[in-house]
Amino acid sequence: MGILLAMQGAVAQGVLWSVMTLGVLLTFRILNIADLTVDGSFATGGAVTAVFIVHGCNPYFSLFLAFAAGTLTGLCTGLLHTKLKIHEILAGILTMIALYSINIRIMGKANTPLLGVTTAMAQLQKAFSLSPNVSSLLTGIVFSVIIIVLIYWFFGTEIGSAIRATGNNEHMVRALGVDTDTMKILGLMISNGLVALSGALVAQSQGYADVGMGTGTIVIGLASIIIGEVVRAKHASFGAYLVSVVLGSVIYRIIIAVVLQLGLKSTDLKLLTAIIVAASLAVPVLKSQMPQKHAVAVAAVKSGDDK
Amino acid sequence: MLKLTDVSKIFDPGTITEKQALTDINLELEDGDFVTVIGGNGAGKSTLLNLIAGVRFSDTGSIVLDGMNLTGLKEHVRARYMGRVFQDPMMGTAANMEIEENLAMAMRRGEKRRLRWGILPSERALYKERLSMLDLGLENRMRNKVGLLSGGQRQALTLLMATLKKPKLLLLDEHTAALDPKTAKKVLELTETIITRDHLTTFMVTHNMRDAIRYGNRLIMMNEGRIVYDVKGEEKKNLQVSDLLKKFEIVSGEGFANDRMLLS
Repeated sequence: MGILLAMQGAVAQGVLWSVMTLGVLLTFRILNIADLTVDGSFATGGAVTAVFIVHGCNPYFSLFLAFAAGTLTGLCTGLLHTKLKIHEILAGILTMIALYSINIRIMGKANTPLLGVTTAMAQLQKAFSLSPNVSSLLTGIVFSVIIIVLIYWFFGTEIGSAIRATGNNEHMVRALGVDTDTMKILGLMISNGLVALSGALVAQSQGYADVGMGTGTIVIGLASIIIGEVVRAKHASFGAYLVSVVLGSVIYRIIIAVVLQLGLKSTDLKLLTAIIVAASLAVPVLKSQMPQKHAVAVAAVKSGDDK
Repeated sequence: MLKLTDVSKIFDPGTITEKQALTDINLELEDGDFVTVIGGNGAGKSTLLNLIAGVRFSDTGSIVLDGMNLTGLKEHVRARYMGRVFQDPMMGTAANMEIEENLAMAMRRGEKRRLRWGILPSERALYKERLSMLDLGLENRMRNKVGLLSGGQRQALTLLMATLKKPKLLLLDEHTAALDPKTAKKVLELTETIITRDHLTTFMVTHNMRDAIRYGNRLIMMNEGRIVYDVKGEEKKNLQVSDLLKKFEIVSGEGFANDRMLLS
């Protein structure tokens, strides 16, 4: 029974965190930028939503405000990277570190509990007398579906195409009259907006926001993306790709739940996640160094034919 | 059409690697001119092209295209008026995007990108017609990723993209240098066809003397950041490779050290 409940929770968490994964996907896979801002902007989303709800704001409107705050963090990293020519990784780290202080300023302390106030999940729970896990899951599904549709539409537009091309070949994009700096900034803004939205959803679901809640977000996002890419069908369409990334986020949470049931400590999870990401990034590299064997075999067969 | 006045460029000024790349370049292209530019390594021909394109800014002088002063404008702003093909076939196209998506981006060169759909069904017929002109069978592969194409195919596609929306100036930066001789010839012939058809003002950098003589109505030779020879009309038509070699020896005071130019 314990494991079943844990699984339910894992799936709900996976869907809520998948919004973050979709955000990381925009920068890491589409813009080809490893953006470390997300460790900070995830917590920013949580902080903003918590503070506004505590002050009586509508929980859904606070999600929108969290998204907006996230876009500002992306704007900051984008300006550092494009206008001041700071390396993307360092630009992200600078914003992330700054956000630690800013997030505490937003909340006035290191964490803000959301007990006894109305969150989006609590509303749903009361209205349909659902369990906390189910209401979190439903909220997460609604948001991830809406966001997948919006992303799919956006990257089919002229601006979206230009952002995709920027991640592909900046020279060409500039030669075709598009400012690549603007495209990168825009991509980073949308990405961090989604990450902050995800942080806000997670904060509402768990009932508190904490300045440390974003630690490791980038690695979790990468792990989810990679798992999603493993499970997706070959030659999948862009839409199917987005769905598989959400699945990746859910599978990641299930793996975590299973290893916790097997007796690992929750503090071991960061190590485990790092190993998952490192291993999956390493596999294609190691594979590409392998074909020597195959080539040798072919050469042997050919020389045999000559005789 | 294009007017360069006293354009100079120094790389790494004030350092040990300081290099005067271009010195007081004055050049005027008439509407419809097809200029070929030759010169040894480090002569400044690619630098000059990059200054015109806005990849780099000149230190002095002005660059005016069709009455518009481009001197301080950024690369992506100037792109509205220019089509460009690079030396590296990978640089002109987006490998992860479909052929038709690449064309659709080129169709919108210099226009403000909006939240309209990136490619309209009505555009496809035009792309199909233009692609069939290349005679590479690409018109039946419009949904293929560009990364699947060969270097020659990608270069032909880039050429098509650079001229899809008629540019005021076409900039070709040794665009056949990375191709095998047969493909290079095909791409060059295609280049000439398009330039003639659309009456395009063209600035073509090349290292191949035969190509520089065969194509275009005007030839410019550069050496050490200066234009040392400028010939057009009948005189250019009658030019021989040996004439160019002699000319080069006179201006540089040495033989052609660049094997690449002799052999090709």
